[in-house]
Amino acid sequence: MRVEAGQVHGFLGPNGSGKTTTLRTLLGLIRPDGGRMAILGHEVPDRLDQVAPQVGAIVESPQFFPHFTARDTLSLLAGAGDLPEQRVDEVLELVGLRDRAGERVKTYSLGMKQRLAVASALLKNPRLLILDEPANGLDPGGIREMRTLMRNLSEAGMTVVLSSHILGEIQLICDSVTIISLGRRVAFGPVDEVLAQHSSGAVRVRLEAVTDLPVAATALTRAGVRVTANDDHLMLAGVDKPATVTRILAEQGLYVSELAPIAVDLESVFLELTATAPVPGQHRQVDQSVRVDGTAPSAPAGGGWGA
Amino acid sequence: MSLFRTELRRLAKRRFTRWMTAGGLLVLVLVAVGMFLSNQKIGPDQLAEARRAADQQHQEQVRWAEQERANCERAKAAGENVDYYPADCAEITPPPRESIEEQWFLPSTFDFRKSFGEMLIPLAGILGMVGFVVGASFVGAEWNTGGMMNLLLWRPKRLTVLLTKLGALLTGLLALALPATAAWFGSMWLVANLRGTTEGMTSGTWQSFLIGGLRGIVLALVAATVGFALASLGRHTAMALGGAIAVMVVGQIGLGILLSMAQVRFPEAWLLPTYAIAWMTKKVTLQDWQACNATYTGECEPATLDITWQHSSVLFTVGIVLFLGAALWTMRRRDIT
Repeated sequence: MRVEAGQVHGFLGPNGSGKTTTLRTLLGLIRPDGGRMAILGHEVPDRLDQVAPQVGAIVESPQFFPHFTARDTLSLLAGAGDLPEQRVDEVLELVGLRDRAGERVKTYSLGMKQRLAVASALLKNPRLLILDEPANGLDPGGIREMRTLMRNLSEAGMTVVLSSHILGEIQLICDSVTIISLGRRVAFGPVDEVLAQHSSGAVRVRLEAVTDLPVAATALTRAGVRVTANDDHLMLAGVDKPATVTRILAEQGLYVSELAPIAVDLESVFLELTATAPVPGQHRQVDQSVRVDGTAPSAPAGGGWGA
Repeated sequence: MSLFRTELRRLAKRRFTRWMTAGGLLVLVLVAVGMFLSNQKIGPDQLAEARRAADQQHQEQVRWAEQERANCERAKAAGENVDYYPADCAEITPPPRESIEEQWFLPSTFDFRKSFGEMLIPLAGILGMVGFVVGASFVGAEWNTGGMMNLLLWRPKRLTVLLTKLGALLTGLLALALPATAAWFGSMWLVANLRGTTEGMTSGTWQSFLIGGLRGIVLALVAATVGFALASLGRHTAMALGGAIAVMVVGQIGLGILLSMAQVRFPEAWLLPTYAIAWMTKKVTLQDWQACNATYTGECEPATLDITWQHSSVLFTVGIVLFLGAALWTMRRRDIT
């Protein structure tokens, strides 16, 4: 896993795939049993104490001492990090908790605790921000604010690593992604490249006259294109260049009214790469996802949610 | 240094710390008020009253003896066979006046020189209890609520964090215990002045009391360290509190019964409070009444075992090394999840 400076990087994987364990290991909370890790050029965990002041992080659900106020909580963290008190007000303003800062954390909703967690991570004004499920519990407005905040921070030069299951958000926010399954990487790179690599080349075709669809299907099948006929359109697969389709159909005197490449989204790529798409009638178990050593996920053994 | 200051602030901000401190101080105040109310200064009035009471009791004894002697003589004259009277009724005599001591009828008075040493034990006990539970809660709640993980994201040197927390706890406890001990000295001195006596105090007595006060503070620090270490080991306040209750129930009551049933000599030597008292009083002498050490006069003296403050200090040191060592080791080795 490699994250370029100044980027927003999405870290994705099914439940139990090892995202949080990876982040905890990176932050020195779990002892690694092998491998090499470096943050901002410093090997960790050996030099974690040097790099920690430059890393802001929240790991998994936000947890705070319930009887302290948000201001107390942040003030104590600022004290431990030798930061000025003024920074506490800045981050409270940034995450929208300014007016509720004097209330005890135990009165906060999950979304407010999440905001407080992000505030605690931002307190150091870090060069690297690691956020595990930052949108957890946020209302739609909060999610949008979080997205804007991540973008602004990135534009200001901060590197952000984001773990989330809201893949639509990740696709909107992130420059690059790493997808893992059962502790192994299954895809990585810029979001556009990952999507392109897993695009099926699907194209939707509509003609001026619906009655011409069977003729068009025959012509395209003869040209080696996989065709699925629908009532009012054709779905084509394995099309390298959409222009080929217009040429073949024009040769038959058929005129295209719509030729639309079907874009894949991150969610479908994620489900395909991790083999975690729901199968009707089956109950997928938590550890049933793809292995990079090629082993197929084992068949559902029954049970699970709703079983 | 910033971490130490922050941890001191955290300790002082905690509601539990404030309530426990207030509770401990309140108990001490109540004890002092109780001492004040239950003692009186001995003056001529009290001495005269005691003499009157002693005279009155003597007269009652005289009346009772005369009545019993009359009953005895009447029974003998009637030829009744009563074996609870002596053969010669003249043997029934009242006790001499001197055998009824006037001091028995004096009200309770607080003799500072004689009694203040014992009064340091409740002070040490309360400070120790406050230290133990506040110490356990200070780190236990941090583990339990995720605060420790948050802190380690800021200060990844785990041992430094744990030891700094412990340092802050002990500093805070010292900040409570020193003035509380000074106030205890002052309040007991006041009680002695108003409701007792401060006579006979020498520099040696003062020195002994000061050392006793210091012993109490050290005992509280030891209790706080053990509570802190246990809660850190179990990563929960309940670990320390549960451990303390288990020791009290299993150790104090269960082990005591078991040792008595097994007829172990000096069963108290296996119980923790013996060592706490030995620490405070310098020496506890245990007696085995089932043994006979004959004296030259032919009397049987019980066998004795002295538990000294040196024994206690060894036990406390071993306890701290074991519990704190284990807490530090697990802090270093175990994953934070």
